[in-house]
Amino acid sequence: MIVFDEVQKSYQVGGRAIPALHPTSMTIETGEVFGIVGHSGAGKSTLVRLINLLEPPTGGRILIDDENITGYNASELRAFRRKVGMIFQHFNLLSSKTVADNIAFPMKLAGIYSRTEIRDRVDELLQRVSLVDQANKYPSQLSGGQKQRVGIARALACRPTILLCDEATSALDPQTTQSVLRLLADINRELGLTIVLITHEMDVVRRVCDRVAVMDAGEVVEMGAVSDVFLHPKHPTTRDFVFESENIDREEMQQDLQHAKGRILRLTFRGESTYTPLLGSVARESGVDFSILSGRIDHIKDTPYGQLTLSLVGGDLDTAMQALEAADVHVEVLR
Amino acid sequence: MEALMESLFTNVDWTEIGWASWDTLVMVGMSLLFSVLIGLPVGVLLFLFGKRQLLEQPIAYAVLSFVVNVLRSVPFIILLIVMIPFTVMLIGTSLGVAGAIPPLVAGGAPFFARLVETSLREVDRGIIEATQAMGANVKQIVFGALLPEALPGIIAGITVTAITLVSYAAMSGVVGGGGLGDLAIRFGYQRFQTDVMVITVALLVIFVQLLQMAGDRLVLYFSRR
Repeated sequence: MIVFDEVQKSYQVGGRAIPALHPTSMTIETGEVFGIVGHSGAGKSTLVRLINLLEPPTGGRILIDDENITGYNASELRAFRRKVGMIFQHFNLLSSKTVADNIAFPMKLAGIYSRTEIRDRVDELLQRVSLVDQANKYPSQLSGGQKQRVGIARALACRPTILLCDEATSALDPQTTQSVLRLLADINRELGLTIVLITHEMDVVRRVCDRVAVMDAGEVVEMGAVSDVFLHPKHPTTRDFVFESENIDREEMQQDLQHAKGRILRLTFRGESTYTPLLGSVARESGVDFSILSGRIDHIKDTPYGQLTLSLVGGDLDTAMQALEAADVHVEVLR
Repeated sequence: MEALMESLFTNVDWTEIGWASWDTLVMVGMSLLFSVLIGLPVGVLLFLFGKRQLLEQPIAYAVLSFVVNVLRSVPFIILLIVMIPFTVMLIGTSLGVAGAIPPLVAGGAPFFARLVETSLREVDRGIIEATQAMGANVKQIVFGALLPEALPGIIAGITVTAITLVSYAAMSGVVGGGGLGDLAIRFGYQRFQTDVMVITVALLVIFVQLLQMAGDRLVLYFSRR
């Protein structure tokens, strides 16, 4: 469990303190995939670097499994960092070492593993990230996705309990992003590792995260379960991110709504109700006519969801809305 | 063929040329060795003490940087003369091959230190950060990540330093150092033996070419980017 207790960070620039993170309190549960989303400069890089103290906080306490890591001395800090893996946007592999040597590097630094232990662990990790054939290549000979997989294997070498991902998929193409995210999800499930992931893409959050914090200008402006934040964003920044990830142009949407007749509703289905043939039966029973203005059916992590914007004309609107709500559909009246 | 050589290079004593070449090799080799031994740690410290680096130490950096700059700003021919008392104190003579080595090191080490500092700065900060995140201490970061990553740049720096030392070594002939420079000055310049001058210059050019080629090969071999 990672607990932020009024943690803050500011940088001294020309004698003045520029805040990068305003006092923040939050808890990241053991074994969850926690996403931090924000535009560049929002403070998310700072936030993730506070967890392994690459950036020391200027105020507050950070507790990891009830231990105050901000009180560590240099050698305690180094021992602690071995239990926290980290992967990076630009992979940060050593170009002078082979794939196998890169993965072995943190174990060699730790100085507590025998040669055979290191060799066995490297073999195991190469298999885990499907890079057995590339063991003796140098990073420059690999593709971006392969490099990130080496990064992941390296981060896992000392069997950490926390994995920090700093924009780990931002330099990858969409397909490679998917495979890397799948690998992260597998690792989280199979090893029970806590993953803290920062990104500027809401789609990444939607695919792998359990909970998410949205950051804006050095502050966490919204936090909660991904399905709640994603389907019912409250803060304007969150809304921007959600719209962006769904490719919705807000002005266009407004225009569409102006053309539509009658009542406009947004329905949100979650889980099993996504697959229930509901709209037809509700329309028949209440006598309303509907047209679909926009919609999306997808997954949030493993949960299916659907979100439809409808315009309803004629019939008994109240009955229709009651019937929808009774079927566990979240109904918002947009007009 | 032999007759042609005789007539073209009447003044050239080939045994003497051989010894002078050997002396130049020894001077460059020894001074390069000490320049690297001194310049490498100084360069690493310059890097570590620098702004926003691992051991940021503004005062230590300023002092070290000042010493390096002073040694580098004195023209080598002046350094040779200024160093004479110190050289005598150190090895008993300021003449010959041995006497040339201390000033050569004094010129070569700070030059190489700067080259090391620059090539360490070229290493991606992300790699330092990643190594830090693995729980490495400064020593491990330097030996495990920084130096291996900067190796091609450092080898290129050694090559440039070696070539600079070849010309410095030739210059030391002016104040009684040995080697090809000494030959060029005593015979080629003071006795107007142009043929000796031509031969020594040609040998120096070949020497520099060989060094550059060897250096380039090594850089290529160690570049994994």
